[in-house]
Amino acid sequence: MLAVQLGELLDGAPEGVGAALDVIAGFDEALARGLGRLGEDGSLQALAGALAGSPLGPVAAEAAEKIAIGGLGDERLTAMAAGRSAVFGAVHDALLARLDGALGRERIAWEDGPAGEPAAANLLSGCRSWLGELAIAGWRGVDHDLVSASDPVVEALLAEPRLRRLAVLLDGFAAELRASSPVATMERLPVRRWADLWARALLLARGAGSTVPAGTVSGRLLILGAEVHEHATAVQVRVHGILEGGDGPRLVRAGVAAAKVDTITGPAVWNLLGDHPALLAALAEHRGLDVQDMPVAGGGDLVWDDGRANAGEPADPFATARVRLAEASAPAVPPLERHPVRIAEPVLLEGYTVKDGKLELDGHSIELDLDRLPPSGPLTPQLVAASTSCIGLVRWDDRWRVQPLAVQATVRKKPVEAHNGDWAQGPTDPKVVKAEARSGDVVAVLRERAGRLLRK
Amino acid sequence: MEKAPWERSSAVRVVPPVQPRKLAKVPFVELADGRLRGVVSSGSDMARVYVSSFEAGSHDFGCSTNNNRPCGGLSGYPCKHLHALADEAVKQYGLDRVARYLRVEVGEDGDLVGAMGGSRAKAPAAAVFSRFLRHLSYLEVPGTAEPLPEMDWFPAFGAVR
Ligand SMILES: [Zn+2]
Repeated sequence: MLAVQLGELLDGAPEGVGAALDVIAGFDEALARGLGRLGEDGSLQALAGALAGSPLGPVAAEAAEKIAIGGLGDERLTAMAAGRSAVFGAVHDALLARLDGALGRERIAWEDGPAGEPAAANLLSGCRSWLGELAIAGWRGVDHDLVSASDPVVEALLAEPRLRRLAVLLDGFAAELRASSPVATMERLPVRRWADLWARALLLARGAGSTVPAGTVSGRLLILGAEVHEHATAVQVRVHGILEGGDGPRLVRAGVAAAKVDTITGPAVWNLLGDHPALLAALAEHRGLDVQDMPVAGGGDLVWDDGRANAGEPADPFATARVRLAEASAPAVPPLERHPVRIAEPVLLEGYTVKDGKLELDGHSIELDLDRLPPSGPLTPQLVAASTSCIGLVRWDDRWRVQPLAVQATVRKKPVEAHNGDWAQGPTDPKVVKAEARSGDVVAVLRERAGRLLRK
Repeated sequence: MEKAPWERSSAVRVVPPVQPRKLAKVPFVELADGRLRGVVSSGSDMARVYVSSFEAGSHDFGCSTNNNRPCGGLSGYPCKHLHALADEAVKQYGLDRVARYLRVEVGEDGDLVGAMGGSRAKAPAAAVFSRFLRHLSYLEVPGTAEPLPEMDWFPAFGAVR
């Protein structure tokens, strides 16, 4: 990413974004207080008003009216969740268009693929009724009993592989509410975040987002980097790379995930992903992957099947970024996923300086997302501060930021390189190895306990 | 009032991080439902565990086996299981967070249990034990390679190093 591209990205907010976010903020405040006690609050009507002229407009307007007089049915709440998501969808599109424009990145248009079968209607309706209770109570009305009511719902969802997305989302959300209960005693609330999670969960619980793979791809996958996602009971490693072959180089992503518990954290999370040895080897050893007939979802995400991949020749991610990234095309964004939180575009930044957590390049400056350096990898804020080259993801969360995936730095006059996936086969830093040894093999201990106590 | 960015951010940390610790002695600890509660392995019988808890505010404590038999080591003072629970909770969550949750004023010696003056009381063991079994059942949930786009809201936040 060149200085001039950075300048173009940061040149004011795209038109309409500020107004759209204000409408969303109004709705989010109403949700924090509880839709069961709206009073004179007109923010639902304002949200519906923002959708006037779109197909959702009339439905949202009717839902806003009915909810205001106490008609809090499932369908009306879903209509409001869909409305909020549509407004955020428009914000996402404006931001991504700005980013693609600045990068000169060509994005493939979305094509509707076959929808997956809706799974387990009774589970979904149980889920919607819990989400409905949340909305009525508002975040400030959430207590331990209301959170605990989600336990059987989440447990049932986890047993249904087709509903894993919803299960993982709801479980992470409920754990946050549990840790925050009683919420009434909290000084500040993450109102946008919780409304995001609530709205997405409600749409998934309507059966949205169930798709089947759009096809398969073959070719050479050159890794750019990996990011790690984690909440108490789930971890996902998402690899960003460039797939060569077929229609020219294109950006792809592949995520592998495992269930876990809160006490499994840091480098130990890699132990849970042992079913994907080729992918872990490619990450740890900086190799390319030869993939054959790998299923691919509509949004360009590979549905990773490690048996269809072989770790091949060494491939330096920085070389890939320097040589291939500028010409790679980007995949379409699935309609349901259009939310700014999804924006995570790989870029290469070079020849910059870092000052006070900001990356400065020829007079332009962008914030570094140093909170997102995963404890399962070697990147530290100090290393990023000492770096001069970085493969990162451009993200937006109320402002633009760069999340580092890999850096090249100079430490004590020596060149150092670190990537988020470097410890995929175990930590390579002796200090970290020692710290890991101190807590022992937590996964093995819990598996032993499970073997002894669960089947009795 | 001008809104701080935290309220207007999507991917922010809400739950403070937990620190890794050895799990063999105390495989499960949680701060929930107004208690510090957890499961402590028996030193002698691999198949037996104790369910121990301290109540926030009153600081009353209880300990029993998972079959609801009272702990033999419990008198007017917390037993070794309760001490182990408190020690491991401090490792996992940090002293401040545990003390705040239990509403304890801990002295400069950092002795959490010593700073609590509750008495022995009946505590719900079955609910905690079933939470523990549910906790363990996560290790049996198969992994997935389906994309989980919602994890964008849950970045792995950096530990303090
Ligand atoms: Zn005891």
